[in-house]
Amino acid sequence: MIELMYRMKVWDVMTRELRVGSRTSTLAELQGIMRDNNISGIPIAEGGRLYGIISMDDIIRCLQQGAMGDSAADRMTKNVISLEDDMPLSFAISTMEKHRFGRFPVLNKHGELVGILTSRDILVHLLIAMNKEMALLESSLNPQPTSEAGGVLIREYTTRKFDFENAGKASTEIKKILVDRGIGSKIARKVAVASYELEMNQVCHSLGGTLSFKLTEETAEIVAQDLGPGIEDLESALIEGWSTANEWVRSLGFGAGMGLPNTKRVSDEFSISGGPSGTRVVTSFRLRAEPSV
Amino acid sequence: MNNLLEPQAVRSETVAQDLGLEIIVAAPQGTLISSGFTSDLLSDAMANAQEGCAFLTIQAHKNTVAVATLTGASAIFVCSSRTVPEDMIQSCKDEGIGLYRSTENQFILSGKLYQLLYTPNASVPS
Repeated sequence: MIELMYRMKVWDVMTRELRVGSRTSTLAELQGIMRDNNISGIPIAEGGRLYGIISMDDIIRCLQQGAMGDSAADRMTKNVISLEDDMPLSFAISTMEKHRFGRFPVLNKHGELVGILTSRDILVHLLIAMNKEMALLESSLNPQPTSEAGGVLIREYTTRKFDFENAGKASTEIKKILVDRGIGSKIARKVAVASYELEMNQVCHSLGGTLSFKLTEETAEIVAQDLGPGIEDLESALIEGWSTANEWVRSLGFGAGMGLPNTKRVSDEFSISGGPSGTRVVTSFRLRAEPSV
Repeated sequence: MNNLLEPQAVRSETVAQDLGLEIIVAAPQGTLISSGFTSDLLSDAMANAQEGCAFLTIQAHKNTVAVATLTGASAIFVCSSRTVPEDMIQSCKDEGIGLYRSTENQFILSGKLYQLLYTPNASVPS
């Protein structure tokens, strides 16, 4: 969000279709333009040069005083705070915050009036930009359906620290893949339990990481690799009830110290390694029942 | 006489009605509830909840839906009138998980569900 406000410029969000009045326009004329265009303020400009601004407040004042026949030049605010079109949006927002006006004329580097900016413009464009960011984020979280060749399916999922919103997506999809493949619900569940626990571990405890899922005819394998900070006491981490989770993670129902023990219990093979730069957990599952002896 | 060995599977509509649950997202038609699991620890549920169960919890958030989906739970019963966020409701709709809410706490609601599932033709005290 903050990043967006720095990245976006005033010209990205300003309204370019301008309704302007001239210095000789009467307040009554200006009020007509404002009403017809559903706007609450109008710059007074001639040939691109900004002279002032007339707001709804000015109109109301003139109505009260019976002065709607006055010219804009006599009634406009002359000392107008304007913005420049190449300013970062964050700067525009702090200016708006400071001056508390509803709208700001925007000038280009030649000092010509090129647009107008209201808080509504900012809000709408920020929401649109945020939506785009979210869509981008979601598509980056979606797996790249890489090689399916030779009966091997590989999927990779990214997790982010404290991103409880997207947590569980990888596991849900992995389980769906297994069920679609006709793998029994017991085994599918074991794989899902492991992937969920590993996913949540990364979300709750690590700086983020990846979950790689590899499916062949015989086995399913999940490799969870995070970016650190590492588990201080690997041996203890495998004991049920041992947890380093903070209070609010616990309040969500996580951090009970069951994640790794659960994972180990359901896996056919389990290994954990790593250091401060990251922890790596490899689990694998046999998809077929052992041939009876 | 209670038959403690085998619970009977009961249609979700019947369970909701008998237990006086508020229906937030109805489970898909024909969904059966064959057991219950009560816990506020999601890892505990992940490890121990059975397929087809009702998951009784006060954890009213989206991650609970993921646990229900992964364990194959039929429905989530949110206890103690906890507020249910919009994204949790949407998630339940997407995943076809029933979402119900009770004014009762986990203990009382578990008791009622137990009675319904383990007592043939039982009527639940209100």
